[in-house]
Parts: sequence; C-alpha cells; structure tokens
Amino acid sequence: MQTRARSRGFWPLAAFFGLFVAFLYGPTVTIVVLSFQGPEGGLTFPMRGVSTRWFENLFETQMVGDFGGSFLRSMTLGAIVTVVTVVVSFMAGLAFRRRFPGSTALFYLAVASLIVPSVLVSLGIGLMFRLAGLDPAWWSSGLGAHLTWTLPFGLLIMFAVFNRFSPAYEEAARDLGASPWQTIRHVVVPILLPSLIGVGLFGFTLSYDEFARSLYTAGTFNTLPLEIYGMTTNVTTPVLYALGTVTTGVSFLVIAAALGGVMLLRRRRGGG
Amino acid sequence: MKGKLAALALASPLALLLGVFLVVPIGTIVVVSFFDYDSVRIIPDFVWTNYDELLFSPITWKTYLQTLKFAAITWAICLLVGFTVAYFLAFHVASPMMQTVLFLVCTIPFWTSNIIRMISWIPFLGRNGLLNQALMSVGAIDQPLEFLLFSDFAVVLAYVHLYALFMVVPIFNSMVRIDRALVEAARDAGAGEWQVLRHVIIPLARPGIAIGSILVVAVVMGDFVTVRLMSGGQSASVGLMMVNAMSLLQYPAAAANAVVLLIVVLLMIAAMLRIVDIRKEL
Repeated sequence: MQTRARSRGFWPLAAFFGLFVAFLYGPTVTIVVLSFQGPEGGLTFPMRGVSTRWFENLFETQMVGDFGGSFLRSMTLGAIVTVVTVVVSFMAGLAFRRRFPGSTALFYLAVASLIVPSVLVSLGIGLMFRLAGLDPAWWSSGLGAHLTWTLPFGLLIMFAVFNRFSPAYEEAARDLGASPWQTIRHVVVPILLPSLIGVGLFGFTLSYDEFARSLYTAGTFNTLPLEIYGMTTNVTTPVLYALGTVTTGVSFLVIAAALGGVMLLRRRRGGG
Repeated sequence: MKGKLAALALASPLALLLGVFLVVPIGTIVVVSFFDYDSVRIIPDFVWTNYDELLFSPITWKTYLQTLKFAAITWAICLLVGFTVAYFLAFHVASPMMQTVLFLVCTIPFWTSNIIRMISWIPFLGRNGLLNQALMSVGAIDQPLEFLLFSDFAVVLAYVHLYALFMVVPIFNSMVRIDRALVEAARDAGAGEWQVLRHVIIPLARPGIAIGSILVVAVVMGDFVTVRLMSGGQSASVGLMMVNAMSLLQYPAAAANAVVLLIVVLLMIAAMLRIVDIRKEL
C-alpha cells in the first residue's frame, strides 16, 4: 500500500465514526457507572455516593427473583449451544463444498431461519410442544429454538471460511496416506480452528442473550434474559443496572477469551 | 457417488435440526391458525374466523402500518449510518490491522444483551436523564422533554442502536472486495471523491446494502421487546399484538397473526432479493 495524504473526507468521516462508537458504548458505560450508585441513589444521575450495595442485592434471591439459577441455566444452555453449533456448522460447511441433493433447499432453509421473526419461531416451537403433549424446557425446546438462530450464523461463517480454504492441504494429506477422518482431524480442523472459535463465540453469545426465542420455549425455569425482562417491569432500583453490569461483564469476558484464543493461535503459527 | 453420500450425511444434522425446530413449528402455527378456541382451551377445527377477525379489524391495519413505519424509518437511518461507517472503515482506514480493530469495536456490542442495551438508555433519556439535564443547564429548554423516553422516538433510537451493525457488516464486506484499481482508475479519469462514491462504490456495494436491508427489516418487523420497553406501552407492533394474544391464551388468534406476519415479511424480502443473489456474495 502506498501512503498518500489523507483525503478531505477523512476527518469528517472519522468524527462520524467516533460519534457512532460513542453512541454504541455510551449508554452501557453509563449503567456500569450507575450500578455503583450509593444506597440512596436512583435510576438516574446524580450519583449519591458510591457503593456495591446493588450487586449484593443481586445475590439475595428474594429481592430480584432467581438470578443465580437463571444465570447458571443460561451459561449451561450457552455452552451446549456452542458445542452443537460448532460441530453441526462445521459438518454442514464440509458438506456444502459440493452439491448434494437438496443442498439449495437446505441453504435457503438456513437463510429463512435467520429471517423468520424470532417470536414466530418461539411461538411455533411452544405450540408444537403443547400439541405433542410435552412440557417445554430450556434444555429441549429452548435449545432447539436457540439453534435455529445460531446455526445459520455458523453456516454462513463456514461458507465464507471454506471459500478461502485451499483444498490442496487435504489433497496433500490424502497423498501421504491419511484417511478422510485423519485429514479432517489433523489438517482441516487445526487450520480452521480460529474460525471455529469464532463460530463458537457467536453460538454462546447469541444464546446467552436470546430473549424472544426463549419466551415460549424455556418452560418453567427462566433463562437469564427472561429474568432480566421480568425485572424491567417491576424493579425500579439500580439493582437492574448491577445485573446489566454483571451480564455485560460476562459477555465481555467470553468475547475476550475467544479473541485472545484466536490471537494466540495466530501468533503460534508465526505470522502465517 | 460416495462423495455425495458423505455430503448428505454431513449435512443431515443441520437439516434435521432445522426441520424439527423451524419447519415443523411453522407448520404447527399454520395448522393452529385454523383452530377454534374459547377462554380455556383450543379446539382442533378448520375455521377461518381467526383470519376474519384479524383482517377485518381496523386495529390490525393500524398496527401493521405502525410496524411498517418503524421498519421504514429504522431502515433509512441504519442505511445512512451503516453505509457511512462501512465506507470510512473500508476506504479511509489504511492499515488492515487498524481496520480489524475498529471493525471489532463496532461488532462487540452485538455480542452483548439487547435488553440490557435498551435499559441503558434510561439514564440518558429519562425525565431526569443526562440529556434533559444537559439541555436545561445550557438553557435550551426550561422543562424536561417528555418525549425522549417511552415514545416512538425512543423506539427508533433503540432500533438503530441495536441493529445498525446489521447494515455495517454486509456493506463493509462488499466494500472490502471492491478492486482498488477501479477507484484509482476513476480518480485518474478525473472523478472527485463524490463521483467515485456515487458511480463506483455505491453500485458495487449494492449486494451488501441489500443483505443489510433484509436483516434490518426482518428484525424490526418481528420485534416486540423493543416496542414494549422503549415505548412504555404507548406504541404497538405486530409482534406485540401476537404476544398479547398469547398471554390471553388465544393461541389460534396469535397463530393467524403469525402467518400473516410471515407472509408480509417474506414478500418484503422477496422484493429485496430481486436486487441481489445472496449466495454469490458469500
């Protein structure tokens, strides 16, 4: 790339970008600050002292419903969704490298899964379970509902990945006598590992934060977003913000772990 | 032949999951939309009353119009913001490293909770929120503005906040694939920055614009959480109408509404898909 003087458009555009980032992060920063509101403080500024009272409040079950339980359920569900999304998307990605009967239909089905409104999927799965005489539960109907959201993302990422993946690696492995399974296990998976981590990140975070698709599919026990939603209607103290801070913190930890993992893999490969 | 079988086997878990948790549920909705119901149960039947009641109610039409209005306004703003951000990232940030970092900065909020991101507007927009305090302290207003939170304004603001990224990512993706030689050629031929944008970049970014538009329109059309939280119950959407019917246990009514909504969304997307073949763009 040659260096050239910045064009006239650069600074206005950079300013616009800066405003956009402030718009994205500003509100989150505010609630993080306000979650340390003093015991007398309310939902808006000014801060009346600083305390961790609202975080302590969060863990007293009677105050805000079942935070601990719903948090645990959401983490578990997120973990299951992650594993299923990575495995199933990877397999489908391998499959879609050639045409097979129904490949076009399956592709459009996956795209449809992304486009059909979440509340509709939720309603449909809820009704299906009801008609089948089954009780919806977060680990059955809830899991399925979340997968209809994470799998298309996983598949689209795998499409993009395999479009840039040279089959020469596999041919080399085959020439050296590797079985199809060995080729995948020792050649394809290691090369694509960063992308698979990316798919996993989508799987976990989308599931962990999913509300609409959980609404009619979670059954008796709430997942965390359902719990948060319930709180928005009847909690008027900064404990709401404390919850926001904790959930967002967990999301950031997961994102940081995933990105850190990808960077570590890149570095180990020596800039390759 | 063997390869084809292997591909089928590899694709089957995806097909099975989408079949069980997407196709069958939508089929169920269609079936249930013809059921009858009373205040305590649903009665298997084949009646058109759910559709009759839905389509001949002025409330339905008003709600659909309102939802379409939200979708149109949100789409226009997201397009403007998303395009500008993507254009800056793709054409004005020179180092690929910086490009990745800034792109990630835009993406990270997408991986955090939508509901929390909506709630986080309260301290900004509320009656005693930061914006009102600021406006009053500079003397621009002498009473707090009431329309900031719990209004259509707040709903659209939250939509843009949540979904502008759906526009940024596909447009950016289209833009980074534009051959820089084309831009150089246009410049050498004497085109100014605007002309390059208008005659080279926008036409080539069209697939990204179409995909972004589809995503934004689809999420807004089906939304109910944002409308409920941000309008404070003062505005309606089709999704909210369905959820309300569900909470009254009027499952067949909700199902009929769902079928109509699905048809409307699919028609809108089919119209947009005429502009672009998404499979070619991946």
